[in-house]
Amino acid sequence: MRFVDEFRDADKAQALAAQIVALCEPGRQYKFMEVCGGHTHTIYKHGLEDYLPDNVTLVHGPGCPVCVIPMGRVDDAIDIAEQPDVIMTSFGDMMRVPGGRGSFFDSNAKGADIRMVYSPLDALKVARQNPDKRVVFMAIGFETTAPSTAMTVLRAAAEGLENFSIFCNHVTIIPAIKAILDSPDLRLDGFIGPGHVSTVIGCRPYDFISRQHDKPLVCAGFEPLDILQSVYMLMRQLDEGRSEVENQYTRVVPWDGNRKALGVIGEVMELRPYFEWRGLGFISHSALRMREKYARFDAERIFEIPGVRVADPKACQCGEVLKGVLKPWECKVFGTACTPETPIGTCMVSSEGACAAYYNFGRFSRERVREATLT
Amino acid sequence: MSTEQRSADWAEEAVLRHAGEAHLTREEQVLERIARARRRKAKVSEERITSAHGAGGKATHTLIDAIFLEAFRNPLLESLEDQAVFTAGGARLAFTTDSYVVSPLFFPGGDIGELAVNGTVNDLAVSGARPLYLSAGFILEEGFGVADLERIVASMAAAADAGGVQIVTGDTKVVQRGKADGCYINTAGVGLLERPVSLGAANVAPGDAVIVSGPIGDHGITILLARGELEIESDIESDTAPLHELIAGLLDAVSGVRCLRDATRGGVATILNEIARASEVAVVVDEAAVPMRPEVRGACEILGLDPLYVACEGRLVAVVDGGQADAAVAALRAHPLGAGASVIGRVKDDPPTLVLLKTEFGGTRIVDMLIGDPLPRIC
Repeated sequence: MRFVDEFRDADKAQALAAQIVALCEPGRQYKFMEVCGGHTHTIYKHGLEDYLPDNVTLVHGPGCPVCVIPMGRVDDAIDIAEQPDVIMTSFGDMMRVPGGRGSFFDSNAKGADIRMVYSPLDALKVARQNPDKRVVFMAIGFETTAPSTAMTVLRAAAEGLENFSIFCNHVTIIPAIKAILDSPDLRLDGFIGPGHVSTVIGCRPYDFISRQHDKPLVCAGFEPLDILQSVYMLMRQLDEGRSEVENQYTRVVPWDGNRKALGVIGEVMELRPYFEWRGLGFISHSALRMREKYARFDAERIFEIPGVRVADPKACQCGEVLKGVLKPWECKVFGTACTPETPIGTCMVSSEGACAAYYNFGRFSRERVREATLT
Repeated sequence: MSTEQRSADWAEEAVLRHAGEAHLTREEQVLERIARARRRKAKVSEERITSAHGAGGKATHTLIDAIFLEAFRNPLLESLEDQAVFTAGGARLAFTTDSYVVSPLFFPGGDIGELAVNGTVNDLAVSGARPLYLSAGFILEEGFGVADLERIVASMAAAADAGGVQIVTGDTKVVQRGKADGCYINTAGVGLLERPVSLGAANVAPGDAVIVSGPIGDHGITILLARGELEIESDIESDTAPLHELIAGLLDAVSGVRCLRDATRGGVATILNEIARASEVAVVVDEAAVPMRPEVRGACEILGLDPLYVACEGRLVAVVDGGQADAAVAALRAHPLGAGASVIGRVKDDPPTLVLLKTEFGGTRIVDMLIGDPLPRIC
């Protein structure tokens, strides 16, 4: 398949792996954070760690849109869904996320109508087909998905739809990376930058990472060779004593971002003064809400929502996992009390969550299976 | 059980963990603990049935183990095969049942009627039996079109002919409008085992080869696209087909067949997990060897689905003695329904109960039981 196979070529991977090994300083440990959950998913799904030498470790970052949603927001969404004549819509990954009062699936089992959609435009379609219902789209995601939410609002406005609204939970990536860099318990050598977010915001916003924190960042694509090449580019920067922002994903990411997409976000949404992130707590100017001008499409203004902060279960260490301080298996409930079937934390729910990726794809001893997979 | 309670239980176990783990790395100790947790008896933790309980994956297995098996327990049921095999009046018989609730009722390559016959024929055939007689139960919604019913029944008759079975008994119920989605069908079937074979997921041993009879995932992707919610167009059709002749040809040619399954709900991955658990072996699959149509691969890439979990309705998974793998593939390829047969993996002894995938990229990962409905990735 074109545009897929060429980025999964095992021979090229071997060659890159050899180049990475050649750049390793003896005795030095290298720790790189892949910011985006999509990268985490790719790494585990393709078994990419098999290509990395033991002293190069990938640390999973906070860029999983589902993982960062706090429990209180899930409860708010369920509260909206339970109001009369409401159809709630959301991406599939949200359906199993536990709030304080259960998940969307649980809520459906009790009679709510929460539907999985593939895009906010599908939610708009549901609104058109059900004029007597109030259709709400639970919008989540970083700058990657915010433009499509904003475009959908503009479309709804142009069509004069009155039964459609957005429950806006969009977040922005830079404050999250800042929170990671300010975290005292983590020593990183560089970042694998979030490719999809960068298609919208470009590479410039990461400048502060190289300038103020003296760390390299490489914006990376989502196929396994993209990630392996990005690791190589990071290693080369370290080898040459550079810390710069580089773009590996040039086939998609423009250096200056997508002005049109940014314009649409700016038209419909504005920064919130602060927003709660699961595990990371309240971060100022880290999320988006609907502008006053589009208040009639803003579920937070249309519906009364409890807006109550719900503390994570005590045992849950999602925060530490999201910050890369703990590896998934180091969490004390990982795989025993917290599993994909009975998740306690969000990291175990989303396919982009570090815990789910490790549990579903990487839960084995590489030493032990080496023999089994040789022949 | 509350989340807090659950974590308290586990914390306690963590304290009590035995010293036998001392030689393992910390990560391996965690993996051991997880493996132990997975061997525990399943409990249904939900208060209500959710769609995951019907997806064929882990939740379905938990429901069967904890509710149905618990209540009905007997040696025949306990093997949890697709059918029960028993001796009655000197004859070895296979007996099975299955319900069909597919939406839409008509889809490219078939309809609910054809599916209802083929599915039960195949559940009998994978035991090595010759399918003989089927029952058909209909649950119809008030308002359902008679012309549609005639169409469904006609294709059931044609499928019964093709499957070498007769539909000899049946039942009809009509429920109020809104209480069913048009038409649901249940079929049960009886078959006769004429060969002295004993096939089952627990018969698999290290050294065996894993074979699929053709490209995987056609049915699941066809249904997904036929729902029209995705606005993806494709020529792909359901692979629904009766497998009894294909299986008879294989059993005639190869003595070392251990286990046969048709890869329906939960896909090839779920079957391999059932085998790995029942026989306490490792199954190592070579991703590059898994046959798949480019359309199915493309749709799965776009939707973030793993084709190994996507349902087929006319594909056989066969585990055979490793030394007879070539003969088995040749026997399958001799039948039109097995033209795309190939070896996709091998059975190993370690690590037991795991299905591992050698990825095309050259890495290794686990292929676990399906959890919930396959959820698409969002960015």
